[in-house]
Amino acid sequence: MKTQEQEVVKEKSMLIQKEMLANLFTELSNSRETGKKVVYTFVPGNLTELILSFDMLPVYPEINALQSGMRKKSAGYIRDAEKLGFSEDVCTYVKCDIGMMLNGNIGPTGEKLPPPDLLLLSYTGCFTFMKWFENLERLYPGVPVAMLHTPYQEDGNVTPEQIDYMVKQLNEDVIPKMEAVSGKKLDMNRLSQMMVNSATSEDLLVKILQSAKNKPSPIDAYFAGVYYIGPMFTAFRGTSEAVDYYSQLNNEVQDRISKGLGPITPEGEIGEEKFRLVVEGPPNWTNFREFWKIFYDMGAVIVASSYTKVGGVYDLGFRHDPAHPLESLSRYCMGCYTNMNLPQRVDLLADYVTEYSADGFLINSIKSCNSFSAGQLMIMREIEHRTGIPVGFIESDLVDPRYFSYANIKNRLESFFQMLEQRRIIMSQEQR
Amino acid sequence: MNELNTILEYCKEQAFDLNFTKAKQWKASAEGKVLVGYFPIYFPREIVHAMNGIAVGIMGTGDRKQIIKGDAYYQSYICHLPRGVIEMALDKNLESFDGFVFPSICDCIRNLSGMFKLAGKGRFQRYFDYPQNFSEQTGGEFYRTELDKIISDIYGINGAVLTPKELNNSIRLYNRNRRMIEEIYDIRSNNPASLSAIDTYHIIRAGMVMPVEEHNALLEEVISLISENSGEQLDNIRVVVSGSFCEQPPIGLIKSIELAGCYIVDDDFMLGSRWIQGDIDDTSEDPLNEIVKSYLYQSTFSSAIYDVGNPKGKRLVELVKKREADGIIFSAASFCDPALLDRPELQKECDLAGVPYISFQYHENTGQFKVIKEQAGTFSDSIKLWA
Ligand code: SF4
Ligand code: SF4
Repeated sequence: MKTQEQEVVKEKSMLIQKEMLANLFTELSNSRETGKKVVYTFVPGNLTELILSFDMLPVYPEINALQSGMRKKSAGYIRDAEKLGFSEDVCTYVKCDIGMMLNGNIGPTGEKLPPPDLLLLSYTGCFTFMKWFENLERLYPGVPVAMLHTPYQEDGNVTPEQIDYMVKQLNEDVIPKMEAVSGKKLDMNRLSQMMVNSATSEDLLVKILQSAKNKPSPIDAYFAGVYYIGPMFTAFRGTSEAVDYYSQLNNEVQDRISKGLGPITPEGEIGEEKFRLVVEGPPNWTNFREFWKIFYDMGAVIVASSYTKVGGVYDLGFRHDPAHPLESLSRYCMGCYTNMNLPQRVDLLADYVTEYSADGFLINSIKSCNSFSAGQLMIMREIEHRTGIPVGFIESDLVDPRYFSYANIKNRLESFFQMLEQRRIIMSQEQR
Repeated sequence: MNELNTILEYCKEQAFDLNFTKAKQWKASAEGKVLVGYFPIYFPREIVHAMNGIAVGIMGTGDRKQIIKGDAYYQSYICHLPRGVIEMALDKNLESFDGFVFPSICDCIRNLSGMFKLAGKGRFQRYFDYPQNFSEQTGGEFYRTELDKIISDIYGINGAVLTPKELNNSIRLYNRNRRMIEEIYDIRSNNPASLSAIDTYHIIRAGMVMPVEEHNALLEEVISLISENSGEQLDNIRVVVSGSFCEQPPIGLIKSIELAGCYIVDDDFMLGSRWIQGDIDDTSEDPLNEIVKSYLYQSTFSSAIYDVGNPKGKRLVELVKKREADGIIFSAASFCDPALLDRPELQKECDLAGVPYISFQYHENTGQFKVIKEQAGTFSDSIKLWA
């Protein structure tokens, strides 16, 4: 049963988030008048604090692409990019973004997005980012590009040499370009102060994500995780608004725990929590609601996911460090999920299964995302082998609706849930 | 001519020996020798050579091996190369290799390095992060630490110490190797009938699996034999093939292009062997630094390298001019993000420069070439008609 109070509580954090995002997009569309400079950059390994410390505004093409997917615009955008010569095989985020630009660069709120003043290519954990920005560089001729090469954690750790390499790139290339574009000098105190806020937000975010260890889990750490828990983090990390937002959200979550409530779904309370899952891979955006519904209709709650860690694996302990701003930006970039090597990813996921008492492990494999998909079948074998829980595998795409087959996914998920049910029966018989 | 045929047959056999017999025999011939497998595209083989090893290029299985287990590791929408590699690893083709190097060209190769780690293949598995920053103090220093890791991996296996003298010697041998390969391309450019593109391919690919000294001897003989061979020039068009730098096209595809009336006067097959343009200084007291500098300043253009201020489209058009080619055939592996994401830009440059082109995709084990042959034939006819 829904109560009036719960709806109000839910609406509060949602309202704050809506307002913050709307303000950002309004600021972006007014940027020419206000003279604010615009930086296009990526979510994984983003340098939000640094951008904001120069009073510049970030634009995340991936977020625009996923929003286009949710607003049913992506099919047309992808088609237009393919007409330009982009293969059907390549990352659809790139095609969706380029298609959006070809169609007037209208952002998620229906307002036109300004062109970039700086392309900040901090490419973390995905090689395609580099190709994406090489294309943008050609589409926005004359716009400076700052490249920040993030070394991969190939040995499963971050070395002092890697940090040194990144800090040098920040000092020699990224910061001078930001200074030139913004017309301001780097204010290290301001940056450092922002990192105090970042670390506070990070503490709160981890608390919220780890609330899913409760039974029932008060949140869905995949669908809600990507829908309203995570996205705020990217654009606003380092601001006092982000701290306020996450404090509010955390209060709501703690309240749900104390009331023994499960996650809120688009259709209200979820009802009984039947299955607890760990999910690897990005979601599908074109049919996001439908996709989520298959899960909550079955009482399946995602208690931990890897996709919510592409912007940082804070639950492993990393926090932005006000005492060492540039070093910690470097560490942050290198620590994002897709920049971890496969053995590290397997360890993380296997730990999630145990720590969050999951009943099953599911992979949503994305047709056009090699960064996630290449190696996933091996991850799946390893998780099955190490944890002994049932594993499932479905396929879709991020924003290309041609690759979302509702019937297929539903069938597969139903079989997967049956498998979980059977295992539960067998285990309870064994315990008797 | 018979002599050339004998060499060509030998190279063909070596190029596709997926058991790497020759390299394994070399290793077994004495204590302390190491085999390091590396994946496309570029890796400075000189350092392995200078430490009593061979860096063996693993270019995929092509259409020479049935893939059964590999398909269970990769979804259908991932390129073919890594599944063949996994098949080889599981079938023990890669036994006796001491370690593996995975150059940072895309996420598939990157994640393959993790798969080798999880499967425990080789005594080391190194993801080899090329810097995308090209300043000596920053990217250069980082690159040196990447090289140092591999040097200490090899040292850990055979105790070999990398000396400037040995490294300079290896640089000299590989300089010669690259110079002769370029000479073959130049001879073919002047007289494409002197050696077919397939034979050229076999000759260069054979160099991936044998000691450089032996390959140099072969190249020398080939050069002297094809210099005398005038061949019969056909009324073919001249094309550059672009996009096949990692997963290699099946031989049938190269043959189809040639049979359709095209001389392939340049290409990016086996790009790693031709990566460094010009010689590396072989007299330095710090030759490792010369290897680093050669990467920073002498790398060819490729989809794997950020092309700061030196756009690859322009470089491709320059290559077309240098080779006096009539057009470009863009041919890339399906699902290859790096190659396919570059294509619109490269095509735009061709449009601007008035260079005609056609484009298609393949898998290394594609078996049907009818459509490709027809496309290439039409392309060739239209160029002849409008030239
Ligand atoms: S390949 Fe995947 S991680 Fe990379 S840009 Fe595309 S969707 Fe993002
Ligand atoms: S063919 Fe392309 S996608 Fe496949 S491994 Fe090679 S570079 Fe990567």
